[in-house]
Amino acid sequence: MMKVVRGFYSVAYSVKLCKPNVICAYPITPQTEIVERLAEMYANGELGDCEYITAESEFGSASILVGASAAGARTFTATCSQGLILMSEVLWNAAGMRLPIVIVNANRSLSAPLSIWNDHQDSMAMRDAGIIQVYVENNQEVHDMIPQAFKVAEDRRVMLPFMVCMDGYKLTHAYEPVDLLSQELVDSFLPPYDPPVKLTTKDPLTFGSYATPATYMEFRAAMHNAMERARKVMDEVFKEWAEVSGRNWGGHIANSGEGAEVYVIAMGSLVGLVRDVVDELRKDGKSVDLIKLRTFRPFPADELRKALSGASKVIVFERSLSLGSEPPVTLDVKSAIQKLDIDVYSLVVGLGGRDVPRDLVKKSIEEVIDGKVEPGMHFRGLKDYEEVIV
Amino acid sequence: MKYFGSGHGACPGCGLPIAVKNVLEAIGPCFVANSTGCLEIISSQYGKSAWGVPYIHSLFENAAAVAAGIEAALKALGRTDEGPVVVFAGDGATADIGIGPLSGMFDRGHDVLYICLDNEAYQNTGNQQSGLTPTGSNTTTCPAGKLMPGKPGPKKDMVAIALAHKVPYVATASVAYPKDIRRKAKRAMEFEGPKYIQIHSTCVTGWGIEGKLAIPIARLAVETGLYPLVEYENGKLVRVRKIKKRKPVEEYLKPQKRFRHLFKHPKGHEIIEEIQRIADENAARFGLDVE
Ligand code: SF4
Repeated sequence: MMKVVRGFYSVAYSVKLCKPNVICAYPITPQTEIVERLAEMYANGELGDCEYITAESEFGSASILVGASAAGARTFTATCSQGLILMSEVLWNAAGMRLPIVIVNANRSLSAPLSIWNDHQDSMAMRDAGIIQVYVENNQEVHDMIPQAFKVAEDRRVMLPFMVCMDGYKLTHAYEPVDLLSQELVDSFLPPYDPPVKLTTKDPLTFGSYATPATYMEFRAAMHNAMERARKVMDEVFKEWAEVSGRNWGGHIANSGEGAEVYVIAMGSLVGLVRDVVDELRKDGKSVDLIKLRTFRPFPADELRKALSGASKVIVFERSLSLGSEPPVTLDVKSAIQKLDIDVYSLVVGLGGRDVPRDLVKKSIEEVIDGKVEPGMHFRGLKDYEEVIV
Repeated sequence: MKYFGSGHGACPGCGLPIAVKNVLEAIGPCFVANSTGCLEIISSQYGKSAWGVPYIHSLFENAAAVAAGIEAALKALGRTDEGPVVVFAGDGATADIGIGPLSGMFDRGHDVLYICLDNEAYQNTGNQQSGLTPTGSNTTTCPAGKLMPGKPGPKKDMVAIALAHKVPYVATASVAYPKDIRRKAKRAMEFEGPKYIQIHSTCVTGWGIEGKLAIPIARLAVETGLYPLVEYENGKLVRVRKIKKRKPVEEYLKPQKRFRHLFKHPKGHEIIEEIQRIADENAARFGLDVE
């Protein structure tokens, strides 16, 4: 059913169709309205046998879901920014306990200075936690991604938390036409959660053991293996989704496959704009193409290497930093193509919600095509400023 | 297998297994969430779990929230007949780092029995000060030195904090009185919503005592009035353990290394007086003395 809805609703409605057993969250801008919509559905008795809990903090929220997930419930939360970072200790733990909690992160920058606006520094800071990370382009994609997230996370070959990242404000607050899924379609795609092990008095098990040096490493290696297996499971699930929904969002990456000399890698809501600009440049005869990076963890190194094999330059539009090193996506891209002779341009844009205008994107790409800029990391859209060293 | 089997690695004389066994015996099969601490370390090593009930250790500070999640899941999944949800958490996990999630669990009214195993310091890591460390106690982070004669300030009143949350059943207990622990755990289960029991639990290493003295010393804490055993139902004090001939606090302090400096330190006398004052106040407040 096509409807013009805001990003929050497209998330909340999709979550409801997935029939979670426990939803828990703490409000934080710009995520709040997602849980408000879910709370409303709960208040109106539309969530079935679901328990909806407003926690005392994001830390509490993630912790409640750890208990709920371990007891065998399908669980959901939404958060962002400081909230995600406050959850981080628990989310590392949830991943280590192999709990398939699904999280929507409404990407927002981190303090200080305080900023409620969008970039990707929050989710990137969770890079190494053992959480699957997917970035969506628009509100239809996030709507479609949620049933897929549950299906991948709960797959016995995976059993890891799954974080769907959507740009705060740019998507959460945007009105877009969204083809809302039907209960029948989601029911046929997503079976009820049937955990391989759970807390039950019928078969008492110990969760969250402590491990001595004789056993710890194997647990972590097993998580790494699960992340690796998740690639294949995601491929299967993405393909199945395309079949049942009629919407093909691509695999871990999505590109035209036509080949070009210069590639532009973008994630999230920036993708639409970059695609537009790239189309225009191609019309002007430039050999340039877009790669939409959908999955950040596990990182699709093989897919990227293949897609970039004929390229000479690659631009990564970054919306986060790794202070004292290169930005996180750039690092992974570089490592994926280390054996290829490709110059990498890491263009940092839009931190803290700074506007990324079409002209800036176009000019930045043209500069690279025309050889006017050296490979390496550059800020784009940065104003002149004076750094005071006291 | 028993609910809490043999094979745990507690120090001989440790109060924790006494507390845990008696609670579990009283309430039967249940779900246990346990914060990081001695209990977790002595019982949950991978491949050597001492637990015969479904058990989860998550983090130091979130056992109350994890338990709330279990409770919510059981409700949502229609599995409330499987048994109650219980938290075992140490004093630091309860009164310090975990007080936020605990307050949230109380506030939302989850049907969870929360047991605070109060051994009055972070004992797992070698006796560091917590919010429940008593006045004057020597710990590694409030050591008795020239300037500081052990823990300054009083023990945090967690019972009052639980009562302020309108927790329907709130009690204190001691490992010296296992029958009382069992009765209180059983009684707690008759209340819906959160229940809080704080059990005074000996730590032989942290307190600096011999294992065989563990129970007599725990008993002295009660007999001096320093650890009053009280019971509140729906906010009303319904029962206290009366003391026949209340003993002076010195009797409790002297045999423990953690208080020994008080008998030498220039400010020691003053502090012992202060501790006696706390005991007297408890006696007056709860009517501990048999007239
Ligand atoms: S250190 Fe103390 S609390 Fe920990 S096991 Fe030993 S006696 Fe028990």
